Amino acid sequence: MGAQIRVYRQKISSTSSMQKIFKAMELIATSRIGKARARVAASLPYAKAITRAVSAVASQSEVDHPLTREPETSTRSAVVICTSDRGLAGSYSSSVLKEAEELLTKLAAEGKQVDVYLYGRKAEAYFEFRGREYKRVWTGHTDEPLFETAKEIGAAVLEAFNTDTTAGGVDEIHLVYTQFKSMVVQEPNVVRLLPLEVVEEKVTENTADILPLYEYEPEPEQVLDALLPRYIDSRVFAALLQAAASELAARQRAMKTAGDNATELIKKYTRLRNNARQAEITQELTEIVAGADSLSS
Amino acid sequence: MAQLDVEVVAADHAVWSGAARRVNAFTVNGDIGVLPGHTPVIALLAAGRVEVQPLEGPRVHIKADGGFFSVENNRVTIVADDAVVDATA
Repeated sequence: MGAQIRVYRQKISSTSSMQKIFKAMELIATSRIGKARARVAASLPYAKAITRAVSAVASQSEVDHPLTREPETSTRSAVVICTSDRGLAGSYSSSVLKEAEELLTKLAAEGKQVDVYLYGRKAEAYFEFRGREYKRVWTGHTDEPLFETAKEIGAAVLEAFNTDTTAGGVDEIHLVYTQFKSMVVQEPNVVRLLPLEVVEEKVTENTADILPLYEYEPEPEQVLDALLPRYIDSRVFAALLQAAASELAARQRAMKTAGDNATELIKKYTRLRNNARQAEITQELTEIVAGADSLSS
Repeated sequence: MAQLDVEVVAADHAVWSGAARRVNAFTVNGDIGVLPGHTPVIALLAAGRVEVQPLEGPRVHIKADGGFFSVENNRVTIVADDAVVDATA
């Protein structure tokens, strides 16, 4: 058998085994997206209830809380970057990192020192490879985030926030994550977690939306003290869940494209293999005919 | 008779929801009982148990691990960091 045919055979078989992997990964991603979206939906009641309560306390009682106080000049910021643990998800991680880089550049231009907190092995690898510093990293569950992780992240950034900036604390916290808009659209997004921009109570026509005048037990300050960390946790958790759903959607799409490309490639190689085989047959025939000719003449 | 619309949610899932006659909760200041028509309240929960008396059937005991609860317009929302329906009690 000709060497060329053998090469094409090898290429075809390796491409088709890769295609099987892509197909399997696509199926896994597809089956897990539903679960991830269900988790996003399941966390909504909690997030809604807590947001409503926080805005009620913040808008109705004139409390001056460190978490809502806008600093006059902020000198140090923290940025939390949410990427995935694994690759093969198209441009998912790189687009988050790109968004984060833009934010970091912007903050640096404003003369702020930035502490970076990472979530996901891809972000860790990115920072490690470039020899850049980061404060902390959480890895291991980016495709199904745990509430405990969100709590840890919340606690870590709150601690930094409550520390004085001269002692290495920060006075604002940004969160970079991917927002899951639909199965085909996921957008990297930056939100400022702290200081909180609590949505003020708006006067609406819809009476159901107007917050009643609550009584607080114990005192509004203490209620806010207890609510705000939970609000942060819930915001972080919501971001992580969105990021997980986006990661799976991105992976599904990337694997679909990879599978389609593999099919194309197999088709191309099969054609080339057939060509090579035909060329070989033609060559053999020519040789036989030439041989017979030289004998008969 | 007026009834309470009760919703118990934990961080990542809804735990229990339905109509109820009465809700008993244990706050940091002590016990609070909520009947229909209660004034709007936001209170912090102490770690412990919340009892819901549904319109029908036996009482539902819920183990709540800190959080808060709010009452408004006969709607009771119990928001706990972690909550499970305690079937043993």
